[in-house]
Amino acid sequence: MTQGRVVVIGVGSLDRGDDAAGREVARRLRVTCESHAEILELEGEATGILAALEKAEAAFVIDACLSGAAAGTIRRFDVAEGLPAALSFGLSSHGFGLAEAVELAKALGALPPRCIVYAIEGESFEISAPVSAAVTRAIEEVAMRVRDEIHVLLRRE
Amino acid sequence: MTRKTVKVDVLARVEGEGALKVVLRDGKVESAEFNIFEPPRFFEAFLRGRHFAETPDIVARICGICPIAYQMSAVHALENLLGVKVEGPLRDLRRLIYCGEWIESHVLHIYMLHAPDFLGYDGGVQMARDHGEAVKRGLQLKKVGNEILQLLGGREIHPVNVRVGGFHRAPRRRELAPLAEKLKWAREAALETARWVATFNFPERERDYTFVALRHPGEYPFNEGRIVSNKGLDIPASEYDAHFEETHVAHSTALHSHLRNGGGSYLTGPMARYNLAFDQLSALAKETAREIGLGESCRSPYRSIMVRAVETVYACDEALRVIESYEQPDRPFVPVEPRAGVGYAATEAPRGTLYHRYHIDDTGTITDAQIVPPTSQNQACLEEDLLDFIGGFSDLPHKELQCRCEQTVRNYDPCISCATHFLKLEIDRG
Repeated sequence: MTQGRVVVIGVGSLDRGDDAAGREVARRLRVTCESHAEILELEGEATGILAALEKAEAAFVIDACLSGAAAGTIRRFDVAEGLPAALSFGLSSHGFGLAEAVELAKALGALPPRCIVYAIEGESFEISAPVSAAVTRAIEEVAMRVRDEIHVLLRRE
Repeated sequence: MTRKTVKVDVLARVEGEGALKVVLRDGKVESAEFNIFEPPRFFEAFLRGRHFAETPDIVARICGICPIAYQMSAVHALENLLGVKVEGPLRDLRRLIYCGEWIESHVLHIYMLHAPDFLGYDGGVQMARDHGEAVKRGLQLKKVGNEILQLLGGREIHPVNVRVGGFHRAPRRRELAPLAEKLKWAREAALETARWVATFNFPERERDYTFVALRHPGEYPFNEGRIVSNKGLDIPASEYDAHFEETHVAHSTALHSHLRNGGGSYLTGPMARYNLAFDQLSALAKETAREIGLGESCRSPYRSIMVRAVETVYACDEALRVIESYEQPDRPFVPVEPRAGVGYAATEAPRGTLYHRYHIDDTGTITDAQIVPPTSQNQACLEEDLLDFIGGFSDLPHKELQCRCEQTVRNYDPCISCATHFLKLEIDRG
């Protein structure tokens, strides 16, 4: 069973359609996982994500992405194996967001031993747009999968 | 005749989306366009019809990097309109929160966006692989700035504690004590930062800029002062529109600002403040400037990274001064009552002077708003830098020339999404 800090980081903006996906997953996990993991919601600026990753033993990061796949497509990456360069994560300031935060954490030796990124393909990132139906379904699915992963992690000897 | 075009479709390491096109002919720059294609933001229109008290929370959304600048300009303009003066500890807290923003914004720019240009890296991530200790210092330093925003603003991004007349809640003295300890470390880290950037190689390029910044009789400018220049301008914020004009250019969704009556382009930001208010820096900041080889005046935009580092030392120093002398006020804000009128203010955002003007009616509803961010004020000056300097680099191989062009833009730390305006469209159908 893991003894260290487990952190869930939902990344995105609540006001820009499907960009809210990561934050919505975090909100769902607050209900079921808050006693086991630190649940954070961040806007997506890289240094903020990096600070949240610091000193964690395990991290689950969820963000919206845009790659041309069908809306609601869920992808899971073990960061130790790398993030695909072609994948564009949600909105970020100074073009400096999740992918850069992960790479920076690697370069500085600050990446948690276990770091999993869930990317949810979005279709609309318009200001004030609602979260699309396909992404809403994906949010429920990812929340369930992260919750299960945390439970497995906590039970592991 | 040889013709060379440097085209950067999407400019990296700036906030927002912009592009660059420079045309060289026989080694001379024929044209230089800094193209801002970020979509329009409509904030001035969003504000119309809203109650004035909502303004700080609305304008904070203009920028994730410098929301305090927008909040401070807005509350000062509205207090100017309402005849309210915020003084004592509340005024000091406003300086403190501005210090936090300068620290986090300057440090992000120095370490992650601009330093890679000087050290030959594509970006901060690549630089971190070889300069890990420096990058860690930068990130830790930035975090101290963010903590000031968190404590005084209620959260780091889009703070919610600022209101017209002061704050919703003022911190207790003991809440500020842990921050003071961190700021003592930050001040040393800022000094190290200044020494680090001073080791970079700087292109020897200078121009005779018109510098524009606030000037206050007793302090390095954040929130208040007259708008002054090194060419004789000295006006209150209420006369801004009489001396400055914004115009549209075809290649940009941001407006270009100029001084009226042929006064031309001008530069706002760290270099302008430094040149116009060096005497008001703290003793330590002045000493730092001298130690790293900056004179009392600096006209090389490439050395703006050194000026930002000196301002970061100042911001840490000033934040400590405020914390050490702070006494919690009896109430966190001065009461305000609506009345019809127009109010003006300018404050010093990390990247330059930010001007706001508001009209409200007697119910407190905003009927008109004008916001002029520093990036649009600097845009014409930035294009002139490209015209003046890039010809001198024309013998460089294409990739290096492109890097030099990008570096010339990044000297300004442009915040593109803040600057975006929309063209007023008139269709004449006969």
